[in-house]
Amino acid sequence: MTAQSVDERRLREVALTPGEYRAIVEELKRAPNEVELGMLGVLWSEHCSYKSSKALLRRLPSAGAAVIQGPGENAGAVNIGEGWAAVFKIESHNHPSAIEPYQGAATGVGGIIRDVIAMGARPIALLDSLRFGPQPASSHHVEGVVAGIGGYGNCIGIPTVGGEVYFEDCYANNPLVNAMCVGLVRVERLMRARAEGTGNSLMLVGADTGRDGIHGASFASLELDETSSERRPAVQVGNPFLEKCLLEACMDLAHTDAVVAIQDLGAAGLTSSVAECAGRVDGAGAHIDVARVPRRERGMTPYHVMLSESQERMLVVVERGREAEVEAIFQAWDLTSAVIGHVTDDGHLTVVDGAEKVARLPISLLTDGAPPRRLVGVAAEQPPGLDMNALPPLVDAGAALLRLLASPNLSSRRGIFRRYDHMVGDATVIPPGGDAAMLRVKGTRLGLAVTTDCNSRYCHLDPHLGAQLAVAEAARNIIATGAHPLAVTDCLNFANPDRPEVYWEMEETIAGLAHACRAFELPIVSGNVSLYNDSSGESAIYPTPVVGMVGLIDDYGKRLSAGLRGEGDFVLLIGSSQNDLGGSEYLKVEHGLVAGRPPALDLARERAVDRLVLAAAENGLLQSAHDCAEGGMLVALAECCLLGGIGVRCPAIRPEVPLRMDAAFFGESPSRFIVSLSSRAMPELQSLARRHHVEISLLGLAGGDSIQFEGQFRLPLAEIRQAWEGALT
Amino acid sequence: MRSIWTVTSADEWPDPGGPCIFAAWAAGPLVKFGVVVFPGTWSDRDCGWVIDQVLGAELQYLWHKDADLKGCDCVILPGGFAYGDYLRTGAIARFAPVMEKIADFADRGGLVWGICNGFQVLCEAGLLPGALIRNSSLEFRCQWTNLVVERTDLPYTSQCGEREVIRVPISHGEGNYFADPATLSRLEQRGQVVFRYCDAGGRVTNSANPNGSMHNIAGIVNARGNVLGMMPHPERCAEVELGGTDGLKLFRSVAESAMKVLVS
Repeated sequence: MTAQSVDERRLREVALTPGEYRAIVEELKRAPNEVELGMLGVLWSEHCSYKSSKALLRRLPSAGAAVIQGPGENAGAVNIGEGWAAVFKIESHNHPSAIEPYQGAATGVGGIIRDVIAMGARPIALLDSLRFGPQPASSHHVEGVVAGIGGYGNCIGIPTVGGEVYFEDCYANNPLVNAMCVGLVRVERLMRARAEGTGNSLMLVGADTGRDGIHGASFASLELDETSSERRPAVQVGNPFLEKCLLEACMDLAHTDAVVAIQDLGAAGLTSSVAECAGRVDGAGAHIDVARVPRRERGMTPYHVMLSESQERMLVVVERGREAEVEAIFQAWDLTSAVIGHVTDDGHLTVVDGAEKVARLPISLLTDGAPPRRLVGVAAEQPPGLDMNALPPLVDAGAALLRLLASPNLSSRRGIFRRYDHMVGDATVIPPGGDAAMLRVKGTRLGLAVTTDCNSRYCHLDPHLGAQLAVAEAARNIIATGAHPLAVTDCLNFANPDRPEVYWEMEETIAGLAHACRAFELPIVSGNVSLYNDSSGESAIYPTPVVGMVGLIDDYGKRLSAGLRGEGDFVLLIGSSQNDLGGSEYLKVEHGLVAGRPPALDLARERAVDRLVLAAAENGLLQSAHDCAEGGMLVALAECCLLGGIGVRCPAIRPEVPLRMDAAFFGESPSRFIVSLSSRAMPELQSLARRHHVEISLLGLAGGDSIQFEGQFRLPLAEIRQAWEGALT
Repeated sequence: MRSIWTVTSADEWPDPGGPCIFAAWAAGPLVKFGVVVFPGTWSDRDCGWVIDQVLGAELQYLWHKDADLKGCDCVILPGGFAYGDYLRTGAIARFAPVMEKIADFADRGGLVWGICNGFQVLCEAGLLPGALIRNSSLEFRCQWTNLVVERTDLPYTSQCGEREVIRVPISHGEGNYFADPATLSRLEQRGQVVFRYCDAGGRVTNSANPNGSMHNIAGIVNARGNVLGMMPHPERCAEVELGGTDGLKLFRSVAESAMKVLVS
């Protein structure tokens, strides 16, 4: 087979371009055989190689004082003190979820859990950032994905504590399922998936290998089209029970020092896990005998074995001569383990099938060989502007509030998160439903706040600003619990980057993320890119850079939640409101418009507001705190009341020109919180606010069973709750 | 034999809250809890946490392959998805080697306490009547529930007040208690219903029933009163930080009653 004679159809099957094929031949100085072609195809897929995004991703900041492990490993890790490291990562499972929602979402959860386990950490929390098309047409996606997340997470016994769900037209054919996992490990026990030590054994543990998921990574690197449902066999089937046993066995590995490294088998299966593990050590290679891989079915070829994406498998690098110790640990959990090869020092991945040679490829060609794709970005068409003067004035704020709270993007998520076990582990000290969730670190007073955020409508209207707003909002969610933002993991979802306007969105988004993370001094320690989220060349998704953030509070006894706590408490708005309705839910729900620019973000002012709230929380001044986000001040205030079960009495809002009434109530200016505190704490808060140069304004007093703005509207909480909880059931 | 009079540091123990029957209570571990671990069990660690760190009693994990209960005074079958529960909840777990010993132990009057998946296993094993079928919503439910305590003369509930309403979370997809009419009326006649889902005021209503259980049943006991099965998770509400401490009352009840047995 030569570059000329290779079947183009075959190339398409392994998702390689003729140019890439030529690069392979040039490097190998021969034509690759079938197995090698398949191995290179999956590892050079966008999903594994990041060939379209690598150059941009280098711009993201990843260093910081607390960072113990940045990007490049199975997950990132930060030091949280008292000898503990928090390990976390977010990853997409969009394409599989589009065609097989239940299993796609379930195996997405399973995969991200294994990434955390591979670092030696015990997973303590899951979050899921979801995007769907409008209801009810998207019901089968919503139903399947939510059931799949619950089916896996509930069974394995890791609490699902947070995430987000949004509905937009652009996700109708391309739902997004981004799963984040957070784990804990003693700093000295943090593992790295490096195939160190020539001669050390490579053991494959967990599930037997079947023919499922072959070409999954390649499939995830293509646009969806009408034939995509034929790809259903490329979606794997999850077995959370097996993964639970695998998890416990891997935790038991801590009892032995025979283990050098653990690596998850995810996209591209054995091929990528062996190559990545060896690729992290200079000059290392690996020798694999596929005949020794335990199989689920007969008739599997070496090609199948090397490319299978069967779930619930791990690669363990074990010190030579100590394999029996490790085998015994897995055996106790009734798990199969098999020595399938060993680490070499020849820099090559050699695959044999018993006595027969199957493949031999340089590790560097597999992991770093894919020629970077030089794509060109061209600014997308400017989205429609917003003429505020053409908007009819707000007539009835109360009625608008009810409509907003009943809209799919703002309604209560209880109907979803009550289907997830969010309590197992006895560590969830702030449950889902507020801003960030919080997990305590047992045996200490430390609390980890966790959240995911992204308003993709903002990103659509202005990707650079939208990405910054996503970081800012995630930080506010963390801060609203009293915790300090610590580090970020990101899941960057885009459409087809071959289209110049999409690549431009990528450039802008990543620049915005980098800018905001630098301003907040937040390192991005792990992440994932998902491209080709469009269908048959149309219905491209909005750029959706989901920001997963972890924060830390040194005493979770000082944590804050969003709900009002006491009758008579002062309810305050921290930060100032701009005359801003661009990209807002109000505009969409009340006027059917997605237009304008997202609200302006002044990062210096944002940080000042954040510092004020953190200082007030640390000094014990606050009873509650809640981020003002989608739906603006009034929706945030209603949430404070609904979550606390207490109403609020406010004098009429009389905004000063040029601030319009609708913008005052429903504008989405960032850098704002709603807090409550006892009257005694007011003087101290006022002086803190002066010191931080932050505007604070008294909204009203907590109390009663209604939300009331004197002379403007009065709504019973029961009626508001009905609207809020009625939408997503 | 462990002496109930062994005194260790009293500082280690949380305030028991409420009058102690014996002064020795605050002095040291008096009861040994066994927590069974099947593959797929996940409440084992939460039960262990409460027993060891909150209650301060002695904790012994029991592996599903164990053929020995290691001198435990009370054996807990915790929540989870034993063996994945792919067939029918608890259907495989009942055949685990440890279950034979647990049945013997129950026969001799030992305390066997099934929580969530443990309740399902006890029903499958025939140690409790009835079955747990899919929630009427056909969905998994993780939420707080109110339970009215209908028996306070049991080793599990002695610290609860008469018809006290306690708040305990549920987390299950198959917690819908089902029994044939004869079994159900026998349970009611003999007062074997220990916990019923109710509203905050203690009223047993349809809207307070989270899973469609017959007669709002959340937990039952065998006729002898030593084998308890309940769907809600008391190990998830033993500390203020987690939203409530009513679950700790049940653990304390067991600790105190085990002590009484030792003394008598």
